[in-house]
Amino acid sequence: MIKKEMIAMLLAGGQGSRLGVLTAKVAKPAVAFGGKYRIIDFPLSNCVNSGIDTVGVLTQYQPLKLNTHIGIGIPWDLDRNEGGVTILPPYESNSSSEWYSGTANAIYQNMDYMENYHPEYVLILSGDHIYKMDYQMMLDFHKANRAEVTVSCMQVPMEEASRFGIMIADEQGKITDFEEKPEHPRSNLASMGIYIFSWSALKEALTALKDQPGCDFGKHVLPYCREKGKRLFAYEFSGYWKDVGTLQSYWEANMEMVDILPKFNLYEEFWRFYTNADTIRPQFISADAEVKGSIVSNGAEISGTVQDSVLGANVRVGRGSVITRSIIMQGTVIGENCRIDKAIIGEDAVIGDGVTLGLTGEAPNTVHPNIYGWGLTVLGDKTLIPGNVSIGVNSAVSGITGPGDYRDGRLDAGSYLVREVTL
Amino acid sequence: MRALGIILAGGNSSRMGRLTDSRAIAAMPVAGSYRCIDFALSNMTNSSIQRVAVLTQYNARSLNEHLMSAKWWNFGRKHGGLFIFTPTETSRNASWYRGTADAISQNLDWLKQCHEPYVVIASGDGVYKLDYNEVLQYHIRKNADITLVCTDAGKEAHRFGVVTMNADGRVTDFQEKPLEAESSIVSIGVYVVRRHLLIELLEEADRENRFDFVNDILIRYRKHKKIYGYFMDSYWRNISTVESYYETNMDFLKPSVRRLFLDEYPKITSRVDDFPPAKYNRNCSVRNSLISDGCILNGTVENSVLFRDVYVGDNCIIRNSVIMNGVYIGDNSVIENCIVESRGTIAPDSRYIGENETEVIVEKNNRYEYF
Repeated sequence: MIKKEMIAMLLAGGQGSRLGVLTAKVAKPAVAFGGKYRIIDFPLSNCVNSGIDTVGVLTQYQPLKLNTHIGIGIPWDLDRNEGGVTILPPYESNSSSEWYSGTANAIYQNMDYMENYHPEYVLILSGDHIYKMDYQMMLDFHKANRAEVTVSCMQVPMEEASRFGIMIADEQGKITDFEEKPEHPRSNLASMGIYIFSWSALKEALTALKDQPGCDFGKHVLPYCREKGKRLFAYEFSGYWKDVGTLQSYWEANMEMVDILPKFNLYEEFWRFYTNADTIRPQFISADAEVKGSIVSNGAEISGTVQDSVLGANVRVGRGSVITRSIIMQGTVIGENCRIDKAIIGEDAVIGDGVTLGLTGEAPNTVHPNIYGWGLTVLGDKTLIPGNVSIGVNSAVSGITGPGDYRDGRLDAGSYLVREVTL
Repeated sequence: MRALGIILAGGNSSRMGRLTDSRAIAAMPVAGSYRCIDFALSNMTNSSIQRVAVLTQYNARSLNEHLMSAKWWNFGRKHGGLFIFTPTETSRNASWYRGTADAISQNLDWLKQCHEPYVVIASGDGVYKLDYNEVLQYHIRKNADITLVCTDAGKEAHRFGVVTMNADGRVTDFQEKPLEAESSIVSIGVYVVRRHLLIELLEEADRENRFDFVNDILIRYRKHKKIYGYFMDSYWRNISTVESYYETNMDFLKPSVRRLFLDEYPKITSRVDDFPPAKYNRNCSVRNSLISDGCILNGTVENSVLFRDVYVGDNCIIRNSVIMNGVYIGDNSVIENCIVESRGTIAPDSRYIGENETEVIVEKNNRYEYF
């Protein structure tokens, strides 16, 4: 029999549709972040650093990149004889075959996986937040309060509270009430979507709610536990925690990394983040280059100017190009004499010589104004941009584009140009 | 691949100075992210050799740390894999490896147990990229007893084993470090030989108390055995002196060298460290330099190679230097034409300038005083 005190279940099946073309072919947890990392590296590394060696990763939307990234878990030391990392996709059984219809439903469908480890506690995580957290401390809190459910929370500005699940707790942290995205919040204690359940409480709730369509932790499991009089506690977390669910928050969180003393510091020796970076080779900064206020990953070769930007592995920046306030993901090649400002460029894209991204126009996006905006120009993975064209702000471009797609060599601000065929 | 690999990584060279005070030459950091032995090891794995023995002796611990896990070179296999042989005392033998041939002889049991028909022997101090399959095919085609890989070393030839070959490629003469080199073709210390023949030759040498592979096998048997030379014309450097170490690192600032080792398939692999991306702060200025992950840069860096996790303070000037991993350089320091030993701490306002030759800096200050 295998016995683990606490195992983690990491929900990584979401699309993250507000990241637009960045999540066209990959699930949000697999989107690159901070140069060499992917978003899922943060919760996964937190698990390892907190001494959790058994992690189930639940996948559903476009799992290929996640699967190859995680593999057997070597970068996180999760290649274990007992436990380690296991990818848990939806599956068919003889009574049913259904997708994961909600966060709690996904966990319910993997009851057998959890049972294997005879856990006393189960940690529920989502794969789309950037933070450093010692889950062991949260478990200590859970035990000290003899809690059955502990919800990790943080104080948010009152005016933003209506975007979150809000907990109302007494001085000891005991949750007396909670509201999902309340119009008039009674507290600013927002749930971070991180829960510790005592196994019996989790099993009882999931089994009782098994026929609940779209069964969700915030909407169904917590209310069930409250009705049944379970001990619910709010664990207050005060460190850095960022939801990178929108292009703006994603861009901002990346930009914060280049500060002299970043709020989220990757360089601390005792809380390392691990990733499957297959690039070992160093980076080369040429005699013509200028790199300032930026973080640059292994294998990059830079001949142009890079300022206030985050560059992934193996990025190439040609001579005479000037890149400011941008995120360039791994494998992307930027030609010579380009001018790029406030752009997010996906992986393995190719940008021709003399291309201008951003800088021009101010119209809102014509197709998805709620996704693309804030003056950002967003290019999807494996996009090809021909030479000597200009793309205005608030635009999204993806796939192989040719000179014919650019009238007078221009794509106006707010354009939406998505081609199915990619490089 | 029908060969097993042996990497000779036990040697030291007095001309490495303080750089090998606490590490083997094969463990010397090269090109920002690698160790010297990674080149031979990667060549082995990229040539689909599945069983490799690394023979260590001098400062063996530095290599053991690097080779702690075989998985990075794809050697973490159920069958074959990576073997590390450091001298041990046995009932028959209580000596160190007395030479390259003796090093293999002392592990003859292992060599006999293997089933691969051929053996590729490589030294752990070479920086080059080579598909050993090509050498093996040449060896078979020439019906050779021993094939050695050679290259043109130009004016440096006298530092190595100088090879004379006939038109067919057969080695007619071999002189180890001659006063005057008759040709500029030198052996790079990579040999292909049939396993049974190697066992035979080693047993013979052992009976006669001969311990050196070059003198007691290659040179001694050069007329009796068919020894062929396989010519390699791509980049090759041997790390055995402070200057050659410095030059090899500086070579990686050249596009052609980077292309060969870093861009072209197959890759050179190494142990993975988990450092974050390099961070270029707003007042830094970096030109024509190789930078590795984990570095935090504030001052000026020019024509230099920085290994992992190097901190360069404000207003520093680093020129034409090799800064090994984990070095902290305090504010306002000037370092030119130097090699800075790993994990060193350079006090603020320091000045190190190698005037006529490359200076090796070993500074173990307490860096926490400078925060």
